[in-house]
Amino acid sequence: MATEVLMPALSPTMEEGTLAKWLVKEGDEVASGDIIAEIETDKATMEFEAVDEGIIGKILVEEGTEGVKVNTPIAVLIEEGESADDIAAPAAAQADTDAPETADAPVEAKAAAQPITPVAPTETDIPEGTEMRATTVREALRDAMAEEMRADDTVFLMGEEVAEYQGAYKISQGLLDEFGAKRVIDTPITEHGFTGLATGAAMGGLKPIVEFMTFNFAMQAIDHIINTAAKTRYMSGGQMSCPIVFRGANGAAARVAAQHSQDYAAWYAQIPGLHVAMPYSASDAKGLLKTAIRDENPVVFLENELLYGQSFDVPVMDDYTVPFGKARIWREGNDLTIVSFGIGMKYALEAADALAEDGISAEVIDLRTLRPLDYDTVLNSVMKTNRCITVEEGWPVASIGNHISATIMERAFDYLDAPVINLTGKDVPMPYAANLEKLALVTTKEVIDAAKAVTYR
Amino acid sequence: MAARKSAPKKSAKSNTSKEELLGFYREMLLIRRFEEKAGQLYGMGLIGGFCHLYIGQEAVVVGLEAAAKDGDKRLTSYRDHGHMLACGMDPKGVMAELTGREGGYSKGKGGSMHMFSTEKHFYGGHGIVGAQVPIGTGLAFADKYLENGGVTFTYFGDGAANQGQVYESFNMASLWQLPVIYVVENNQYAMGTSLQRSSSTPDIYTRGEAFGIPGEAVDGMDVLAVKEAGLRATEHCRSGNGPYILEMKTYRYRGHSMSDPAKYRTREEVQKIREERDAIEHVRDLILQGKHASEDELKAIDKEIKGIVNDAAEFSKNSPEPALEELWTDIYA
Repeated sequence: MATEVLMPALSPTMEEGTLAKWLVKEGDEVASGDIIAEIETDKATMEFEAVDEGIIGKILVEEGTEGVKVNTPIAVLIEEGESADDIAAPAAAQADTDAPETADAPVEAKAAAQPITPVAPTETDIPEGTEMRATTVREALRDAMAEEMRADDTVFLMGEEVAEYQGAYKISQGLLDEFGAKRVIDTPITEHGFTGLATGAAMGGLKPIVEFMTFNFAMQAIDHIINTAAKTRYMSGGQMSCPIVFRGANGAAARVAAQHSQDYAAWYAQIPGLHVAMPYSASDAKGLLKTAIRDENPVVFLENELLYGQSFDVPVMDDYTVPFGKARIWREGNDLTIVSFGIGMKYALEAADALAEDGISAEVIDLRTLRPLDYDTVLNSVMKTNRCITVEEGWPVASIGNHISATIMERAFDYLDAPVINLTGKDVPMPYAANLEKLALVTTKEVIDAAKAVTYR
Repeated sequence: MAARKSAPKKSAKSNTSKEELLGFYREMLLIRRFEEKAGQLYGMGLIGGFCHLYIGQEAVVVGLEAAAKDGDKRLTSYRDHGHMLACGMDPKGVMAELTGREGGYSKGKGGSMHMFSTEKHFYGGHGIVGAQVPIGTGLAFADKYLENGGVTFTYFGDGAANQGQVYESFNMASLWQLPVIYVVENNQYAMGTSLQRSSSTPDIYTRGEAFGIPGEAVDGMDVLAVKEAGLRATEHCRSGNGPYILEMKTYRYRGHSMSDPAKYRTREEVQKIREERDAIEHVRDLILQGKHASEDELKAIDKEIKGIVNDAAEFSKNSPEPALEELWTDIYA
């Protein structure tokens, strides 16, 4: 019986990839475990093995094809005596109906395809007529590091797999080639140690960028981030400086379960002495990271794996920076304010689109940095709309949303026409099962429902 | 690169100059008198919180500072007053920090365990046991990166020697050949837990063997032996050979902190070491035996030191508390 060979998902967040090379041709016999193709994901090139044995009856996707969606049939495996022509068409049709069930990662694949443009950007520091280029968050982060490393010899990058592997999530791609092993340093797997070491190097006159493969692993090192990096300036009466950036993937990725899916935004935002940035778009990722590297203070820079491959317009400028403590209004509106940051912005913006269709005009604010936090932009908006909901992926207890609610209550209580609603991840460790994981995360529908609740619709 | 044990022994006396011996005597005495005064001020309620005295261990920092060059860095744990005095920080500024006053090195905001001097390359004063070890390794990383020829003296105790981050640091320091000297001040007790009850091996200097880091045991009560070992270590580091471990066998006479019940060792044990191995008495004997100074001359030094310490205490009492606005400063650049 003929079997389809489907485009594999080779990482938890992979939605599509390039079929780089076929290592077999039609008519070849393959056994289970034989390498039949090379597939390029956004992170790496990987070898793809046959799972079944048979004869390659037909190759459906030519080598060199980019953007092949996961679960698309790429070849047909037949048994001896069968013909591939008979089964190719129905096989493809069947795969289409399967796809939505098996490939429902939290980020919809379509979002990756086209650049997202802010509806009402408040940025005024981009000169009119500046060229905008579609750039992924991944490229934007790499560009920011490369530009700052070119400008300042004391800036270096350190972390697990940042050099020869080119970054576990390919953020540091190409940096080793340009800057060499002195400045792009693979560390042993030793978070506690290398975080302390980099913090010491910052005190010794360098400007380290520490990449955590994910922030979950930074819990091994959190003593140095908080007790050493954040507090030393104060404890030394202002004598000591610790200019260091701790960056890496934060929050839930896809199906990586409890120990690899935690949002640390609220944790770090609580610490005086730290700056905390959590960008959503590629332009903010670039502009904020450049600001972070130049900052004389320690910065925790929280990225999101699901956003790495997303494209946004980034201004083509020699030196594009985004200041800390300045929120961005992505969409202006009159009926309610939606405050979010990081990947929460995805749900906020999707909800705002849907709400507009129902005649509800939502103002959407991306905080961009959590410390310093742009209270004024939030408060001014709430004074206009009189209603507010907050959206984040972290846990509900002592969340960023809680803090914003308290601030609004203290400083704009009389303007409120409805209680502020905080949308957060659920109060559970992240489950593995796909359906439960979906349930644990905040959803666009929850944002829409909350918006309707505060507007009494 | 095997660790080698230089059995505790009194150092050769012949090749040490009169000036050097008298210098050691003054510096060690300054630390001891300073710490005694700090203990008194603590008892009077002028110093609060935790206060860890260095009495008994003076030869370690004084000997190693004699092996350091300008630009070398040093950092240690919370038992840090001696290190600060030995590297030339002003006793007034240190004492005023202990009393939490504006004239303190951290403007009163750091306290006993958290003091720094960028001028003297003293990088703390760290309150978390063992945390200074990767930080010191990072300072050495910066020295190597900047190619400035500096060496970092990273001090930690026998208690900290059981922290995982120490070995994470050893691994990276050896892997990257960083110019760092790990100085283990083995005073026999991690708070109240003796080495025998906390360490699977009696010697800490051998713990670098797995990483290819040479180490040696040193009589930490003999300032001359300490200096000689320090010169071997700095030579090793400055020649680009990577890290080095010095385990200083020393002893603390006072409690872990001011609130130590002293139930874990006998009074006789402390007394015996004070009588037989005291570092200051040792140098005093060398001076007198070598006829480098008379009893009267040493008394004059004692008096001078007492004056310095009394001035520091007066300064620390009279310096005002930090202005209330200081609560909000020095958090960000």
